Amino acid sequence: MEIKDKIVPLLQEQFPETNFEVTDFRGDLKIKFDASQIYPVCNFLKNHDDLKFNMCEDVTAIDWATKKNRFTVVYHIYSLENKFRLRLACDVQENHPHIASVVPLWKSANWYERETYDMYGIKFENHPDLRRMYMPEEYEYYPLRKEYPLMGIPGDLTLPKK
Amino acid sequence: MGLEAKLMSDGFITTTIDALVGWARESSVWPMPLGISCCGIEMMAVAGPKYDIARFGSEVMRFTPRQCDVLLVAGTVTYKMSHVVKKIYDQMPDPKWVIAMGVCTSTGGMYRSYSVVQGIDHFLPVDIYLAGCPPRPDNLLNALMLIQDKIKHTRARDFQNIPLLEPVKVNGN
Repeated sequence: MEIKDKIVPLLQEQFPETNFEVTDFRGDLKIKFDASQIYPVCNFLKNHDDLKFNMCEDVTAIDWATKKNRFTVVYHIYSLENKFRLRLACDVQENHPHIASVVPLWKSANWYERETYDMYGIKFENHPDLRRMYMPEEYEYYPLRKEYPLMGIPGDLTLPKK
Repeated sequence: MGLEAKLMSDGFITTTIDALVGWARESSVWPMPLGISCCGIEMMAVAGPKYDIARFGSEVMRFTPRQCDVLLVAGTVTYKMSHVVKKIYDQMPDPKWVIAMGVCTSTGGMYRSYSVVQGIDHFLPVDIYLAGCPPRPDNLLNALMLIQDKIKHTRARDFQNIPLLEPVKVNGN
């Protein structure tokens, strides 16, 4: 049995009350589920003996600019043992966007989550050091949100005196 | 005619201090390399044997602003980086010059974005804008020669904030 066919039944068995939306696009598997389950699901995927997703390749987000389910946080995880890549997605609301951090599982997620926080303002709970990554620390805006203008807000970033 | 031939015949030359100082300065322009993006690769090529910036007396890349004459900003300057660039510029001793290498440094280039300074002349006085993305090494040599020409024709007192000449009064006006 291939790893790809194993993942979803194993997840359903472990989390019977969670709804997993599975998409298979050109051989790439994507699983979407409720944001409150992100830590237990990731913990299961990483530590299950048949799956062993031991590498977190990316954490990022999408801003859909909608009232409901405004953001989607996307995780790319990889199993070195099974040579299989999996995409996880969780919807996050506009009002107080937050999701549990996966840094306790994958240390590489530390800076990915910081970057996502910097660009979208999504708070990763239990993150060890959630600070801005690229923008100055006292910066007030989140540049990759859709309402942020392309050239920035005049006067938000300072230049040195001439 | 070389300097030696002149000294052989007369034993002395007449010149001005400005010409002498300008000649000395233009022959050893020490760059402060600030390779902050891909233009830095072309800058390294200029320092290598093929293009050989040593032919122009500028091979001494010091990596400390305190010993440099020209600030070579090679790369995209973001708002966050601009404070660093300015700090380095402030540490360089007078007289100093600035080359904005590449379109990103000169105008922001293709990065028309919130994070990139749209030209370092927003916070620095720039002497040479160098086109290209990135500019070819010979283009940088051309910029260096233009800077040398500018240095040669700069007078020492230009840097001392004193007026060059009193305005000439004609008929008491």
